[in-house]
Amino acid sequence: MARHVIAPVDELPPGTRKFLEIEGRPIAVFNIKGEYFGLLNRCPHQGAALCEGPLIGLAQSKTPGEIEYTKLGEIIRCPWHGWEFDVRTGQSYCDPRRFRVKAYPAHVEPGASVVKGPYVAETIPVTVESDYVVVEL
Amino acid sequence: MNVQFRERTESASPLTTTTAIADCDIHPARANRTELYPYLAKRWQHHLEVYGVHAYQGMMEGPPYPKAQPNASRRDAYPPEGGPQGSSLSFMQKQLLDPNNVQLGVLNPLNSGQGIRNHELSAALCSAINDWQIDKWTSKDKRLKASIVVGNEDGMTAAAEIRERAGDKNFVQVLLLSRNVEPLGQRRYWPIYQAAEEAGLPVGVHAFGFGGNPITPSGWPSYYIEEMVGHSQCQQSALASLVLEGVFERFPKLKMVMIEAGFGWAPSLAWRLDKAWQRLRSEVPHVKRPPSEYIREQVWWTTQPMEDPERREDLFDVIKWIGWDRLLFATDYPHWDYDEPSRVLPAGVSEANRAAFYLGNAQKLYGVS
Repeated sequence: MARHVIAPVDELPPGTRKFLEIEGRPIAVFNIKGEYFGLLNRCPHQGAALCEGPLIGLAQSKTPGEIEYTKLGEIIRCPWHGWEFDVRTGQSYCDPRRFRVKAYPAHVEPGASVVKGPYVAETIPVTVESDYVVVEL
Repeated sequence: MNVQFRERTESASPLTTTTAIADCDIHPARANRTELYPYLAKRWQHHLEVYGVHAYQGMMEGPPYPKAQPNASRRDAYPPEGGPQGSSLSFMQKQLLDPNNVQLGVLNPLNSGQGIRNHELSAALCSAINDWQIDKWTSKDKRLKASIVVGNEDGMTAAAEIRERAGDKNFVQVLLLSRNVEPLGQRRYWPIYQAAEEAGLPVGVHAFGFGGNPITPSGWPSYYIEEMVGHSQCQQSALASLVLEGVFERFPKLKMVMIEAGFGWAPSLAWRLDKAWQRLRSEVPHVKRPPSEYIREQVWWTTQPMEDPERREDLFDVIKWIGWDRLLFATDYPHWDYDEPSRVLPAGVSEANRAAFYLGNAQKLYGVS
């Protein structure tokens, strides 16, 4: 599993996302409230660029008349057909056993560790002073 | 939470469409509110500014959108130069026509002047839309063909518009909507069918419309998802009316296209009609043959929304009843329920049927090769 440096942390503030292509695969990396998540940017339903959709919350109901709205900003909604996936896991909510979007672990590493390791930089000039978002695939 | 699980019966190999296709339901949009003005007499421009448009139903202020996505459209379909989804030819070419190898694209403009209570205004707007379709779309890209939009509630005026456009190769069908003031088989609409038959043009009946009646036979529903499935109920009423009023008997060369309301319900509707007709035939003696015969001979179906049952065999059974020669592939671009050409048809379809499904049937019906 290769690790790819995708951006200095200050280029990916909370609530933003970055699109890139790694090993021929379209990937998006999200910063959600300081946590980082990578997803394949392709909807498993009909192939739309899933990660270009809006980040919404999860509407759930235990019984008619009661609605809970949680995970605000953590659900990606496909720009075509509105299928919803959990950015943290890639899980779909309408058909979770059949449809799942590939999730890639992403996290922050200090520059010093990044330049030493067997990492592939994606057009990001890596310097040791700052921290970097790294995605694994 | 209930979890639905279906076994995968098809091969996992991707199904790609490299051959040319027809897209029989594309929605062009106006870039701005006044884009039609060059095609409208000053009298109607002033009328719109002073009185606006009176439809048969409520929601007078603003459109009943967004529905699921802004403008009921794909979020990635905004043209780079601005304007609503579907309003740019160059972006439509780049996003839909070129990558999907669309050889024939049939334009079905919505919100186009149909279903307006002022019939003169309705006729003027429909005529303007037809001019605009030529100027902005079909004259600039030969793959695109237009539908003649008509003021549907005034059959005589609508027939005049059809006769004026007849023979113009920019147009390949007449466009009606499914929600009208009355069920579509009724006499007020007959001049439309007569003119279309004379012109050799199929009549497309697209879901939606503004008849003023609730979308369901039992009243106004609470949710958009009910409206989505209500389209098939509405089309069933329209089709039953067309058969039972004797439209197909009266106009035997008339071809109807059911657009964007599914087709999985067709066999059961036809079976039910046949059974009732066997017992109640004397009420409608002008219906001389079992209703299913008219339906199978004179009706075509666009695929979006493509039926997606758990077992693909169920889909094939339905299509077998309808006929592989009766389905017309459609994406519904740029709307949000768009169907991706390479993903809609399961594996297990013969090459001949695939070719008919994606292109041949449409070329034959619309007389475009």
